[in-house]
Amino acid sequence: MNCPALITFRPGTWIALADSPSLTLAHFRASLLAEIGNGARVASFFGQPGGEALDLFAILANDVRGELGLLRTSIGKSYPALTPDCPQLHLFERELAEQFGVRPEGHPWLKPVRFHNHWVDTADLWGRAAGEHPLAGEMNFYRVEGEEAHEVAVGPVHAGVIEPGHFRFQCHGEEVMHLEISLGFQHRGIEQLLVGGPHPATIYQLETVAGDTTVGHTTAYCRLLECLAGTTVSARAEAIREIALELERLANHVGDIGALAGDVGFLPTASFCGRLRGDYLNLTAELCGSRFGRGLVRPGGVPCALDKTLVATLRQRLETLEPQTRGALELCFDRPSVLARFEGVGRVAAADAEALGLVGVAARACGLSRDARANFPGGRSKGHFELPLLETEGDVFARGNVRRREVYAAHKLLNRALRQLPEDHGNVPLGNLAPAALAVSICEGWRGEIVHTAITDGKGRIARYKIVDPSFHNWSGLAMSLRGEQISDFPLCNKSFNLSYCGFDL
Amino acid sequence: MLGSLVLHLVLLLVFAPLWLGIIIKAKALFGGRVGAPLLQPYYDLARLWRKGFVFSRTTTWVFLAGPVVGLLVPLLASLLIPFGGIDAPVSFEGDLILFVYLFALARFFTVASALDTGSSFEGMGAAREVTFSCLAEPTVLFALLVLARLADGLSLNQLFGDHLGQAWQGGAGASLGLILVCLFVVLLVENSRIPFDDPTTHLELTMVHEVMALDHSGPLLGMILYGAALKMMVMSALLVRLAVPWQTGWWLTDAGLFLAGLVGVSLLVGIIESTMARLRMPRIPQVLIGTSLLSIFALVLVLR
Repeated sequence: MNCPALITFRPGTWIALADSPSLTLAHFRASLLAEIGNGARVASFFGQPGGEALDLFAILANDVRGELGLLRTSIGKSYPALTPDCPQLHLFERELAEQFGVRPEGHPWLKPVRFHNHWVDTADLWGRAAGEHPLAGEMNFYRVEGEEAHEVAVGPVHAGVIEPGHFRFQCHGEEVMHLEISLGFQHRGIEQLLVGGPHPATIYQLETVAGDTTVGHTTAYCRLLECLAGTTVSARAEAIREIALELERLANHVGDIGALAGDVGFLPTASFCGRLRGDYLNLTAELCGSRFGRGLVRPGGVPCALDKTLVATLRQRLETLEPQTRGALELCFDRPSVLARFEGVGRVAAADAEALGLVGVAARACGLSRDARANFPGGRSKGHFELPLLETEGDVFARGNVRRREVYAAHKLLNRALRQLPEDHGNVPLGNLAPAALAVSICEGWRGEIVHTAITDGKGRIARYKIVDPSFHNWSGLAMSLRGEQISDFPLCNKSFNLSYCGFDL
Repeated sequence: MLGSLVLHLVLLLVFAPLWLGIIIKAKALFGGRVGAPLLQPYYDLARLWRKGFVFSRTTTWVFLAGPVVGLLVPLLASLLIPFGGIDAPVSFEGDLILFVYLFALARFFTVASALDTGSSFEGMGAAREVTFSCLAEPTVLFALLVLARLADGLSLNQLFGDHLGQAWQGGAGASLGLILVCLFVVLLVENSRIPFDDPTTHLELTMVHEVMALDHSGPLLGMILYGAALKMMVMSALLVRLAVPWQTGWWLTDAGLFLAGLVGVSLLVGIIESTMARLRMPRIPQVLIGTSLLSIFALVLVLR
């Protein structure tokens, strides 16, 4: 059943804004809920001021059909919240309220998200002083009252070398009843910096959306621009981007499994994986000179020369690394004392994962078949990637095991991609962007699906750029996984998600 | 008397941090790393000792008392036990009770100094520490009762006397084996080693013992670390004597044998830490109840 209000399209095509009708709020709401009921999920949801009103865009993703859907409406100062009927929108609606001061009436959890000033001149929903920058973390936390309940606050400054975030636990003894996560400490206003672009600095800003997903975010950005400009990049460039994405996945997955082992005190895998992660990062450095893939992906192609000797070097190094990686990972996954820690801990039910709209590794660990490489393959990569690797338990072990199997799969993919590297056709200059258009690009970063959406103005400049990092969906999953768990298992659950703070804070 | 007192204290004070160095080295080798130098714990202590004191405004003298008592108690306790074939310098009937509760005293002050900071982390760690050591206490007492039964005496010198050699070969071998295992588990719990605690973790929420020292720094942290090393050596000394109850009668070879035994215990701890993950927190009480039952069983075996 296809709702007539929904405009369906595939990533890689753009839509003229004039062709997308602005629905009435009731129609928008009904269509959105109907689509969600039919198995779609919210990939992106954002506002764009249009005169007095606020234009609201919802990008829905249907994994089975591999199609995206666009719904558009226009709202005033307040509107009935969608969250009670569609929980996966809860952060999107809070974000909207914080950016534009529109009140989602009946939102059950209306709190700031990133603690910044409104983007438009309007009254603050939380009564914070106008003109003053709000302090991150200043909000009413959920509290459990009672003689035996106690509260533990962790962060924003942590003991390890990680990003800042505040975690508030409501505990009964060692058991966590509720965890509330407050982020926003790293808000840089990236989306606003991109308006009016593409500027010369834009690509560098995109590289730092989430430093560990540089290739993922730049690939999503470049695909979006190429789609809007109608440019087709060479097959070789696409292949190199895929190689870089898999290298990024390898480095991070191996590092994550090492960190999981370290958290349960299993040191051999922790130290082996730390070394192996460095080796994988060095492979990316061989490609572009940066261990984190900076400068590797550019609109119109890839500026790196992957010649025959380099291909041979990469293949040879991967050949040595694969058995070593297998050894380090099997060592940990074969150990009963490690499995006793991983299994059954931090479980997220599939129904919860679906309601919260989890993506990426966290979703696949719950048995949800969500992998943009399989469901939304870009351009020529169609059919390269067969099935998403799924686990069904939704616990720490499942998330670890999805990573382990993806590491093995990435080796296979890399081997094939390096063997069948298409001949060079050089980089293509990027043309002008289509004016008054909307385009969406989806890219499966190592954490999960990265969704970039751009709306251009009448002159073909970016009027609105919306970034959705997988972490934006998945932080709620982490909070959910802690319900009823031991507080001492929090670091383990946290590592098993390993979400980005700056990708969320933007 | 004075000679053996000096020998005891010198052995303890000089060698205690070395065992930690051996454990760390063993773990590094299993992890495929070179690891810190063997003497790193000594360098750490020297570095901490040169630092200044930092006191939170919310703390009182209790905060200071924790590390001080934690350093003094193992020193006093060491005087009550034989170091291998070297007899304890201080010994009297019933000193085993004093030995056990000296450590309880140290724990009381450590916990009090942790609670004194008012930090929720430290409160959590204190609760865990007290729970686990409550559950470890029966194991120790039953193990000492087994030894008391075999020795027909109530001082630690008699308990760990040279009759143990015959006892191993006689009918009490099974009991001694059981309490050896039980006491080794207690050693791991009390000294916050894997699988019960992770001394190297930086994750406050998972710590048991370390979290209570989060607010201590400089010389106070040094005292805590040194005290922990002394405690580890004192408890290992009991294990060594139990497992290797031979003596030559000449103090130099006895001391050598004793130190070699301690190297063995440290290596064993290092190997266990390298090959096992930590237990989930709710499993620890279950293991400790298990060791209590084992030590009761060992007592039943020698009572028949």
